[in-house]
Amino acid sequence: MVSLILILVASLFFTGIVIRTKSLASGRKGPGIFQPMKDIFRLLKKGSVYSSTTSIIFQIAPSFYIASVLMAILIVPLGDYPGVISFQGDFILFAYLLAFGKFFMIISALDTGSSFEGMGASRESLFSMLVEPAFFILMGSFALLTGHTSFHDIFATLHYGSNISYLLGLLATFVFIMIAMIENSRMPVDDPKTHLELTMIHEVMVLDNSGFDLGLILHTTNLKFAMYGAIISNFFIGDLSLIYTIPIFFAVQIGFAIVAGLLESFMARFRMSHNPQFIFILTSVSLLIFFGVLLLLERFV
Amino acid sequence: MDYIVSINNNQSLPIKDIPEQAYHTFLENNIGMLKDNDNRHCVNYFGLQQESSVKLFCCIADDSIHQIYISSCVVNKGTTLNSFAKHNLNFEKFEREIHENFNIKYTDHPWFKPVRYSENRVNKAETIANYPFYSFDSEELHEVGVGPVHAGIIEPGHFRFICNGEQIMHLEIQLGYQHRGIEQLFLKKKSLLERTILAESIAGDTTVGHTTAFVNLWENLCGYQPDLGLQFTRTLALELERMAMHTADLSAMCTDIAYQLGSSVYGRLRTPIINYFQEWCGNRLAKSLIKPGTTNFPYTNDLANRLNQVFAAYEPDFIEMSTKLFKLPSALSRFERTGVVTLDEVKSIGTVGMAARMSGLNRDIRLSHPHDLYTTINHQPIIKRHGDVYSRAQIRRDEVKQSMGYIRSMIGNIPDFKKHDNPEFKPMPDTFSISLVEGWRGEICHCAITDSKGELILYKIKDSSFHNWLALAQSVRNNEISDFPICNKSFNLSYCGHDL
Repeated sequence: MVSLILILVASLFFTGIVIRTKSLASGRKGPGIFQPMKDIFRLLKKGSVYSSTTSIIFQIAPSFYIASVLMAILIVPLGDYPGVISFQGDFILFAYLLAFGKFFMIISALDTGSSFEGMGASRESLFSMLVEPAFFILMGSFALLTGHTSFHDIFATLHYGSNISYLLGLLATFVFIMIAMIENSRMPVDDPKTHLELTMIHEVMVLDNSGFDLGLILHTTNLKFAMYGAIISNFFIGDLSLIYTIPIFFAVQIGFAIVAGLLESFMARFRMSHNPQFIFILTSVSLLIFFGVLLLLERFV
Repeated sequence: MDYIVSINNNQSLPIKDIPEQAYHTFLENNIGMLKDNDNRHCVNYFGLQQESSVKLFCCIADDSIHQIYISSCVVNKGTTLNSFAKHNLNFEKFEREIHENFNIKYTDHPWFKPVRYSENRVNKAETIANYPFYSFDSEELHEVGVGPVHAGIIEPGHFRFICNGEQIMHLEIQLGYQHRGIEQLFLKKKSLLERTILAESIAGDTTVGHTTAFVNLWENLCGYQPDLGLQFTRTLALELERMAMHTADLSAMCTDIAYQLGSSVYGRLRTPIINYFQEWCGNRLAKSLIKPGTTNFPYTNDLANRLNQVFAAYEPDFIEMSTKLFKLPSALSRFERTGVVTLDEVKSIGTVGMAARMSGLNRDIRLSHPHDLYTTINHQPIIKRHGDVYSRAQIRRDEVKQSMGYIRSMIGNIPDFKKHDNPEFKPMPDTFSISLVEGWRGEICHCAITDSKGELILYKIKDSSFHNWLALAQSVRNNEISDFPICNKSFNLSYCGHDL
C-alpha cells in the first residue's frame, strides 16, 4: 500500500523535474515543477473529439492503458512492504499487464487509419518486443539469486547474501533506466518534444487523441516513470524501515528524473535503425547480471 | 548573324541585339553549349507573350569567363516542340513552367506535369486537386502523404512518400498552393516603392538577396551606376543575412536530431545578428534597407563598433558550440551518410548554391559573376564532397566564419555615404536586363524586359529553391523515412520562392 501512495505522489512531479532540468541545461528558467500536472488537469476538464473513422477501440484504449499501468503499480513493492497484490511469479503478470495496455494503444493507433499512426504503432511494437528479453533475463536472474519469484520477496531478500548484490543492483539500475526511457518513448530512442510526425514513435500514436483521453495518456506516462523509479529504488532499499525507505525512494526518483533530463539535453537521439541495436545492449547487460548471479551462486562451471 | 550574344551580370541589352533563332538551332545551340561543360548552367529559361506567339529566352551563365549567353526563339502558342529536357534535365522544370503558362507541348519531355498552378496559367481546369501524383500498384509498398498543411508553422507543400516499411523508395514534392502571382504584380504595380516592397516579399527569409537582385536589375535597366556606399550596404546586408540564416539552420538541424543544447545555443546566436538589422534599419529582416539609387540608412562608425561588439560575443560561442556539435558522436551518426546527393545527380538536377557546393560542384555567383563589392573580395567558395547532411552542416559552419571575416574587413573600411537625391529612374525601352545574386541559399536570378515606352512587360524570378527541391526528393531515396525531416532541414528550401 505504501508503495502505491508513494508512486502516485512521485508521478505528480516526475515529468516536471525532467522538463525543468532540460530548461536549465539549455539556459532557460523553465516552467514550474507542477506545470505538466496542471496541463493534465486542464486536459481532463475538456471533452474529447473522435474521428468518424474510429471505432469503440479508439475510445476505450486510453482507459485500458491507464488501468493496466495502475494494476501494474499495485504489484510493485517498496523494500520490506509488499505491494497491494503480491504472489509468486507476480513480475510476469506485471510485464504482461504493461504489454496489455500497450497492445490497446497500438490497436487504437491502427484504428485511426492514419499512415503516421500506423508507422508509430509498428515502431512501438518492435521496440517493446525487443525490450522484453532484457526485463525477463534481469528479473529471472534475481529470482535465481534469491530463490523467490515475487517482486516483494526478491527485493526484500536481495542483499542477505553478499554486498556484490549492490553491484548487480547498479547494473540493473542502468537497464531499468533505459527500459523506462524506451517504454516511455524518451530520448535517446524517441524525442517527446519533436513536432515531426515522421520521426515520432509514441507521440504519433496519440496524435488523434484529445481532451480527457489525452490527459489520461499523458498521466499514464508520468505513472510509468514513477513506477520504474520505484523499482529502481527497490534495488537499494532492502529491508530497511520506512524512515530510511521514503527518503531513499524520493532521492532515487529525483535522481532518475534529473538523469533523464540531462540525457535529453546533451545528446542527439539515435537514428531509427540504430534503436534495435541499442535495445539489444540492454539484453546483453541483463546477461551480464545473469552470469554474475551464476558466479555468486557458484553454479558457473 | 551572331549565333549567340553574351553579357555580364547586371548588364542590359537591347532586345534587337539578342539573336533570334529557329527552334531547332535554338535547341542545338543551347544544348551544345551545356554539353560536358560543368562551368556552364542555365540560369533562366522563360517565355514572353507576344500577340499570337511566344518568344523564348534562354540565359546560360558561363562561370569561367563570367559571361551570360542570351539567345531567343519565337514559337507559336500551343505548338508542339521537341524538349530541351530530353538532352539536359536542367530544363525539365523550365519547360513545365513554359507549358503551364503558354500551353506549349513537348513531345519527349521525361515527366510532363504542372509546376506551380500560377493564376495566369492557360489551362484553368488543371488544379492542385487533380495533380497527377506518381502512383504504384503493389501490396508491399505503402504511401505516406504529408501536408499540404504543415505540422509546424511554415508554408504549404505536399510531400508524398512511397515507402517499403521504413525505407523511402520515392518522394514526390508538390508545391503550388500559394498562387501569389508576384511576377504579374511587378508589371501591374507601377511605383518603384511598390516594386521594391514586392521584391522584399518574394521570400521572407531571403529579403536581402531578392531585393538586391531587384535593385541591381532596376538600376542597370535605367542606366544608373550605384556608388560605393550603396554597393557596400548591399554586400554587407547579404553577408549578414547569410550568417543569420545559416546559424538559424544549424539550430533547426539540431532540433530535428533532438540535440537540445545545439538547438538552443544556435537559436540564441541567430537573434543578435537579426536584431542588428533592427538597429541598422528598423526591421529584423532588413526590409526597407535596400532601395534603388538610395539608402535611408547610411552606415556609420557607430554601427560598425556595434557590429564588432555583436561579433565579439557571437564568435567564441559559435566556435565552441560548433566544435562540440561536430565532435558529438550521436549527432555525427545522424548527419553522416544521411541524405546523400552525388555529384552526377547534382549536375543533372542543376542545383545551385549550397546544394551544389555540398557535392563538389563549384557554383557560387560571388565568384563566377561578382556584383557589388564581391568584385573586390577574393572569394573562395566552400566546397564539400559528400553531398550528405554532414556536408551541408559543414558548409553552413564554414560560411558563417567566412562571412564574418568578410564583414570585419568591410566595416574596417567604410566608404563615404553621400546624400542621395532620389534619382529619376527611367528604364531604357526595348531592353533585356538580368541580375544574378548569391543569396544565402544560392543563386537568385531576376530578368526584366521593357517595351518601346520603357514599361516592364516581363519580370521573371528564379529563386534558388526552384531546382533544389528536386535534390531534396533525390536525397531521401533509400533513407529511412524518419530521416526525412533532417534532410529537409539541411536543405531548408523556400516554399514561397517556388510558388511565385
